[in-house]
Amino acid sequence: MTDIVANANTRPAGGAAALFRHARYVIGENPITGLSFGLFLLIVIAAMVGPWIVPYSPLASDTSAALKPPSIAHLFGTDQLGRDIFSRVVAATRLDFAIAILSVALVFLIGGLAGVAAGFFGGWTDRIVSRIADTIMAFPLFVLAMGIVAALGNTVQNIILATAIINFPLYARVARAEANIRREAGFVEAARLSGNSEWRILAFQILPNVFPILVVQMSLTMGYAILNAAGLSFIGLGVRPPTPEWGIMVAEGAANIISGEWWIAFFPGAALMIAVFCFNLLGDGLRDIVDPRRRT
Amino acid sequence: MLANVLRRLVTVIPTLIGVVIVTFLLTRVLPGDPAVYFAGPTATPQSIAEVRKSLGLDKPLPEQFARYIGELAHGDLGNSLATGRPVLAELTSRLPASAELTLFGLVISMLIAIPLGILAAVKQGTWIDHTCRIVATAGVSLPVFFTGLLLVYVFYFRLGWSPPPLGRLDVFYDAPPTVTGFYLIDSLLAGNLELFRASLGQLILPGVTLALFSLAPIARMTRASMLTVMASDYIRTARASGLSSYTIVVTYAFRNAMLPVITTLGMVFSFLLGANVLVEKVFAWPGIGSFAVEALIASDYAPVQGFVLTMAVMYVALNLLIDILYGVVDPRVRLEA
Amino acid sequence: MTSAPAALSVENLCVEFRTRSGIVRALDKVSFSVAKGETVALVGESGSGKSVTAYAVMGILDPAGRVTGGRAMLGGLDLLSANQSQLAKVRGRKMAMIFQSPRTALNPIRQVGRQIADVLIRHGDVTRKAAPAAAIEMLRAVGITDPVRRAKTYPFEMSGGMCQRVMIAIALAAKPSLLIADEPTTGLDVTTQAVIMDLISDLAEKLGMATIFITHDLALAGQRAARIVVMHAGHVVEAAPTRELCANARHPYTAELIAATPDSATSLDALASIPGSLPDLRRTDLPPCRYSERCPRKTERCAQPLPVGPPDAAHTIACWNPLPARAIGAPKVNAA
Repeated sequence: MTDIVANANTRPAGGAAALFRHARYVIGENPITGLSFGLFLLIVIAAMVGPWIVPYSPLASDTSAALKPPSIAHLFGTDQLGRDIFSRVVAATRLDFAIAILSVALVFLIGGLAGVAAGFFGGWTDRIVSRIADTIMAFPLFVLAMGIVAALGNTVQNIILATAIINFPLYARVARAEANIRREAGFVEAARLSGNSEWRILAFQILPNVFPILVVQMSLTMGYAILNAAGLSFIGLGVRPPTPEWGIMVAEGAANIISGEWWIAFFPGAALMIAVFCFNLLGDGLRDIVDPRRRT
Repeated sequence: MLANVLRRLVTVIPTLIGVVIVTFLLTRVLPGDPAVYFAGPTATPQSIAEVRKSLGLDKPLPEQFARYIGELAHGDLGNSLATGRPVLAELTSRLPASAELTLFGLVISMLIAIPLGILAAVKQGTWIDHTCRIVATAGVSLPVFFTGLLLVYVFYFRLGWSPPPLGRLDVFYDAPPTVTGFYLIDSLLAGNLELFRASLGQLILPGVTLALFSLAPIARMTRASMLTVMASDYIRTARASGLSSYTIVVTYAFRNAMLPVITTLGMVFSFLLGANVLVEKVFAWPGIGSFAVEALIASDYAPVQGFVLTMAVMYVALNLLIDILYGVVDPRVRLEA
Repeated sequence: MTSAPAALSVENLCVEFRTRSGIVRALDKVSFSVAKGETVALVGESGSGKSVTAYAVMGILDPAGRVTGGRAMLGGLDLLSANQSQLAKVRGRKMAMIFQSPRTALNPIRQVGRQIADVLIRHGDVTRKAAPAAAIEMLRAVGITDPVRRAKTYPFEMSGGMCQRVMIAIALAAKPSLLIADEPTTGLDVTTQAVIMDLISDLAEKLGMATIFITHDLALAGQRAARIVVMHAGHVVEAAPTRELCANARHPYTAELIAATPDSATSLDALASIPGSLPDLRRTDLPPCRYSERCPRKTERCAQPLPVGPPDAAHTIACWNPLPARAIGAPKVNAA
């Protein structure tokens, strides 16, 4: 009972200013959280201005300089076509980040709304949404993504769609559970009594309260979305050469590992790792800000 | 007991129906003309029309679905364009390779993750605990194909300890006579120790790659579960009774802690089956994952759909087994009937 | 005063808990003793520190808790300074404990017979082969019918009362000389309560076992214990033989407690409640007498450290201004 009442009041008193102060406190308290926020900022900057500030064009090939190990001229070395890997890794940030953001935004809209509706209205809405979620969960998720991209066509848009679909069950479940709790909460009753229609309540009362919890999940999903997209690119789905994308760059460098040219696959892979790690830590930090009771 | 199993089998049926429907839809939502895709990139308009007729793609959707079900019942998953063989035959011949790899990886993973999780819980705050948490956090971030490549670079190229990552066996060797399809078992059954060692050598790197991948969720769940159990009332009673540390941790705590870990295995398998595909690509492992990837690149669609369906059915079966296992281990479930 | 050596002698036990909001001084110089074969009741409100005392003596305090002073002598061994392996030898063997909520206090996925056998095997009383039969005998001794079949059942298949019997069987399997029973009947229905208490008393008598019986119910304590130790906010405020305490309670808190205890002669209207509440034990400015802030008899002297009476006294009172002997008007509690 107290949990319901407590949850119903998740909007912090004092609004945005208090939230900001609390956020600053949490970031300051745990240096790792601060680090992840900083790293996130770095990634966003790289995504936005990366392609313009890199030393070489990501697509410019120079076969005379092919397969050179890291040096001052080429920080991360060059690949089989003589392209500068550092420039390509930075340029790829934009694409990978975009894929992650768009996937997550899409799944939040579809999954979040479906889940909230299912939890709030119950009955057939609930049954249908749950059945869809269960059917998706019956597949090994990466395999399903492969199937979807294979069926719909080998494009980046379909990678985004596939990632959104395989994450749908998780968001639908979380949103549904949260909406269920709040369905009978005090402020919802009050809104009902003052004549609001069910849809208005859903949109303006329930959804804003559900958003903070989903935001934490979204950060974690971004990491997963990047891994997923990179995995699909690695096996040849989605992104085509010569587009720079971390997954496909690792694939391009895979064959050279055996002959010792490690840098072609290593740097994009490391970038992948750091980005995913950053999003995971970010998710943990967000969780501490949004709902300290759920700390693990 | 049997009633329990039968009951669970029944609940699986709607899931299977959903899986079949989804895979059917996947074959029919191909943009453009599905017949073009199934006929292949080199088809003439005539062969496309033939394909359309022979696959029944000109019939209404419900009829196509009925035909699809019928084909599945006969084990007909279509034919591979590249090899001309039935897809089901290809999958069954390649399944043991994937199964051996996945099981090997899972076993290694559990052998490391479970003790790690237990120790981390029992000795909270020590270096073991911190190692466990780092492993758990890092494991989730590592792209599995990247780990595989790194391992190849270090252990094959640099140290020369591992054989070249070119499949299940070096070219010099012949596969052991097939009993289970698992080279490790078959070579032992044939009494061929050298073959056993060779197979093991090839298995280690891809197996460890998979193991590293599934280490994180298992270790994390074991640790969390052990922490909960160690704080429980019955452990307090056990301590008050003066039972030995071994009895308390292993006989009392561990068995209770394993129950949530068993349920986690379902989720771990979902990731493992996906990671399998990537690992098979890195190590040129001749399993169903690489089969599907090759088919994908060659725009050969029937194998890909067959692959998705097979993986889904296997996954459903695995989850069912895990459910049953849980029911066997936990007397509360076993005796509830 | 009995001349037999004490089964357990607790002297000046101090326990602290580290929490996020500060250090909780849970126990402050708690002293009492239990003679061989004697039944002593540890009585107090929730939060008075009765269970903490037991946990500290058994050595099973929460990791956040620390013993910061005192001794607990059990047959020559100081339990508070013993290491884990010494304690493990003593627990179950020389002293045992039973808890409230018996169903959660038993291993849910292990047959009850095996749980009893584990203790028997551990303390060397029986061989592995003979253990199952000995466990069945224990079940019979605690009054479980059809023990042969019951030994193979799981806690979730049993009622609360039966689970408590099993816990008693586990505790007494190695025939300890001291049993600590922490609110063993809370959560059981009244008839089962009486039956369980009878069982404990019978077994204690048979084994010549000392019992410490922790409860918030003074009436229950009055019925079952030879001596009562009253605790408040981590202090022992009064200790006396039962009859003496009931007729002649001298600490103001004890008197209030008696007044608040219903018996068949009192109507609910006449029941008093104790004013105020437990002080916050995280405070650094706690007065030496932790009851003084709610005490109607508080004087200026109460700001001084509490008096320590002679250690052998039958009736100890930790108060500067106790009620005069034979307090008039304090209703009597039925003592068996």
